[in-house]
Amino acid sequence: MRIALNITENIQEWLLGMMSETAANYMAMVIVALIYLGIFSVAGLFLVLIERRVAAWFQLRIGPNRVGFQGLLQTMADALKLVSKELTGTDRADKFLYNLAPYFVIISSLMALGVLPFTKEFQAFDINIGVFFLIAISSIGVIGILLGGWASNNKFALIGAMRSGVQTISYELSVGLSLLTMILLTGSLQLSEIVEVQKSGWLIVQGHIPAIIAFMIFMIAGTAETNRAPFDMVEAESELGAGFHTEYSGMKFAYFFLAEFINMFLIAAIGTTVFFGAWLSPFGITESVPWLGAFWFLAKTLILVFLMMWFRWTFPRLRVDQLLTLEWKYLLPINLVNIVIMAFIVWQNLIIQI
Amino acid sequence: MQETTTLNNSFKSEEYFINMGPQHPATHGVLRLLLTIDGEIIKKVEPDLGYIHRSIEKMCERDSYQQIVHLTDRMDYLSSHINNEAVCLTVENALQLEIPDRVKVVRTIIGELTRIASHCLWWGVMGMDVGALTTFFYGFRDREMINDIFEETCGARLTMNYNVPGGLMWDIHPNFINRVKNFVAHFKTKIPEYDRLLTENIIFQKRTKGVGVLSKEDAISFGVSGPVGRGSGYSCDVRKYHPYSALDKVTFNEALETDGDTFARYNVRIKELWESLSIVEQLIDNIPDGEYRVKTNAVIKLPKGEFYQKVETARGELGVYIISTGTKNPYRLKFRSPGFSNLSALNHMAVGGKIGDLVATMATLDLVIPDIDR
Amino acid sequence: MTNEALQILIGSWFPNPEADKVVDQVEVLADDGEDPVPQDPVNPSLLEFAEEGSQFLNVEVSPDHLHELMSKLKANTETSFDYLFCLSGVDWGTELGIVYHLESTAHRHNIVVKVKTEDRENPTFDSVWDIWRTAEFHEREVFDFFGIKFNNHPNLKRLFLTPEWDGFPLRKDYEDAINMVVK
Repeated sequence: MRIALNITENIQEWLLGMMSETAANYMAMVIVALIYLGIFSVAGLFLVLIERRVAAWFQLRIGPNRVGFQGLLQTMADALKLVSKELTGTDRADKFLYNLAPYFVIISSLMALGVLPFTKEFQAFDINIGVFFLIAISSIGVIGILLGGWASNNKFALIGAMRSGVQTISYELSVGLSLLTMILLTGSLQLSEIVEVQKSGWLIVQGHIPAIIAFMIFMIAGTAETNRAPFDMVEAESELGAGFHTEYSGMKFAYFFLAEFINMFLIAAIGTTVFFGAWLSPFGITESVPWLGAFWFLAKTLILVFLMMWFRWTFPRLRVDQLLTLEWKYLLPINLVNIVIMAFIVWQNLIIQI
Repeated sequence: MQETTTLNNSFKSEEYFINMGPQHPATHGVLRLLLTIDGEIIKKVEPDLGYIHRSIEKMCERDSYQQIVHLTDRMDYLSSHINNEAVCLTVENALQLEIPDRVKVVRTIIGELTRIASHCLWWGVMGMDVGALTTFFYGFRDREMINDIFEETCGARLTMNYNVPGGLMWDIHPNFINRVKNFVAHFKTKIPEYDRLLTENIIFQKRTKGVGVLSKEDAISFGVSGPVGRGSGYSCDVRKYHPYSALDKVTFNEALETDGDTFARYNVRIKELWESLSIVEQLIDNIPDGEYRVKTNAVIKLPKGEFYQKVETARGELGVYIISTGTKNPYRLKFRSPGFSNLSALNHMAVGGKIGDLVATMATLDLVIPDIDR
Repeated sequence: MTNEALQILIGSWFPNPEADKVVDQVEVLADDGEDPVPQDPVNPSLLEFAEEGSQFLNVEVSPDHLHELMSKLKANTETSFDYLFCLSGVDWGTELGIVYHLESTAHRHNIVVKVKTEDRENPTFDSVWDIWRTAEFHEREVFDFFGIKFNNHPNLKRLFLTPEWDGFPLRKDYEDAINMVVK
């Protein structure tokens, strides 16, 4: 039995029977977007739940376990509460930018989900500049944070936003360069191509030492880019109260909150795609059942998500100058050297292939 | 010339004010700090106090000495037992009461347990202030055990009121000795866990070493006491220099560090956990039999004169200064609270650092705001 | 140093000009061959020492000599009182005053310095914050509750109470019908 998951094409074919080709194209895009929106806002909520349960496990607590089986509906209830809450704002805030900011953040993180290859078929948008698109899109979110912090008319929010700007722009470099290191191996930016290359061994195995270094840098910089502890300068609740979203409430706050978790998922998903062979099963054990790819993809991603949660609940926070020192004095030079090493390895064909 | 000035002006950074508190997660209560900041660099810290001032000193002037003991709970609520003890010792010394050994030993044991409980809470909050949220729950786990012991013996967990002038309110609970021994055994395995989770963490060390430095001379001049002073190499343990209760019968080392930075103050408190455990261990097997209380008059009248007693709370030196005119109320009662003097050094320590440094420094000052505001 | 030694040393810093005169008079009287009239012993120092009713040595000093005495207590290597552990304002009914509790961290001896003024309208003393930094905060507290002003204080304003608060609550004559419970 072949479960067809190539969703865009299937929907398009189905719509073509009803309307003209252009209209069908647009309709298909809208429908796919709605499907993604539905899936990932719910998935984001479950990520919040996972985070809370993991945190509780680290902290000798039980965590939410009352609403639904083992607390499964807890975050749904929270979202419902947030929807019904009053939207407050500061008196002299720049109303337009203030209201615009959350959408920048949430839309940019949802957009990036479109290119991820969940299985061979389940990929909404397979463009030839996939990795480049991901890097570009994920850095748009910072505009939303800057806008929110600036427009809130609150000094804590402003400090948080400025920290976020300096942090995201710095770490963007390392994320980009560490991915670039891996692109040397694949020779393509297209995500489906990258997965294809990994059929002869995951890239972290193919690239061995420089790939492992690149992965470590990617995880550090990725954690920093999502503004999570130990790099949560932006919120730093013991220093800035709540940072850039101090003045947001209700659903607008929920957007920021959800975006943080989707971003975390994104970083883990990119890591899975580029380093751990995306939907490919280990040693090809389930090659014959294509739809199990989604399971492998999610499993690998969740392991990386767990790693990021592990960081968050055990590490103290860095100071803002240490954060920049780490990036500009350590990660960036290591990364540049690493690219050269990787280029040498590709040139001399020292790649390990199964 | 004109152009360069405009250019310089346009690049000149401007200082601005920020209000940290009275409601802020790092001020642990209702402390308000007026920060003058240039970018992230702190130029000046000005504490604004009084948000929880209850004028305990004025209330004491109309209360009897038994009543005053209860008010002291509400100052430094994390060392409530030691605060009670300070007032009781002052009154007992003024009346020249002979206190039974049993009372002295029990007071010291509970005082040291209070110190451990307070340091546990501080450790949890310290971690939280530098961003490690998990420490809070580890600290509270062990603090709960102490609070349970207190609850069994005197019915209260935090504001205990276990001391009365002349002794203790009740005798200790029959389970007390066993449970304390269990706790000591348990906690000895947990302090290394604290070290693994926070002390040895490289980020934590980077955040605290060389931050908020206070030299020994400044420490004395600012009148800081307790772990803050000892972190600067200033030997100021009241338990050593003016031993009270049963502290002259035990041997312990004064925890001293010489660096004077946040990490030194942190280490002093971790060392104090070990020392307090050792004091409890030395005393718990040898609680002498005897009365748990000496009879005093129902209305206590202190002789005319001035009385001063200092004790070492978890935060430092608490002084009780009573001026008596021979009536049933003190004429004037002054609490020299450790937090108040420690806070006065904050500006000196924080200037030039970042906001994150200020938070870390404040965490190791271990401020309890009702203690400052009284 | 023992309290006696402290008393002799500190007393010698502020000799009482009256003391010499009295001694002279006593000698003159003695020459006349009459029995000297028993007089109150004249304090040889401007400072008044007392040890009764307190576990520490008490020194009372006039406001004029306060800052000089304090500087000497800190600077002199034999006394070196470098730790001001308590600074309390006291309302003695007719007089307002301050009690300084000092300790030497090197020699571990204590002294209590008291200073009083009868001026209740505008009581003013010299600030000692330049000698002990901690006094800056403690003096602000005293100003807040007793209305005692300090010369040369860098930042003398209300610490606990709001700037518009009327009166000084820890004075004995303070009245507040709403907030105070009087027994």
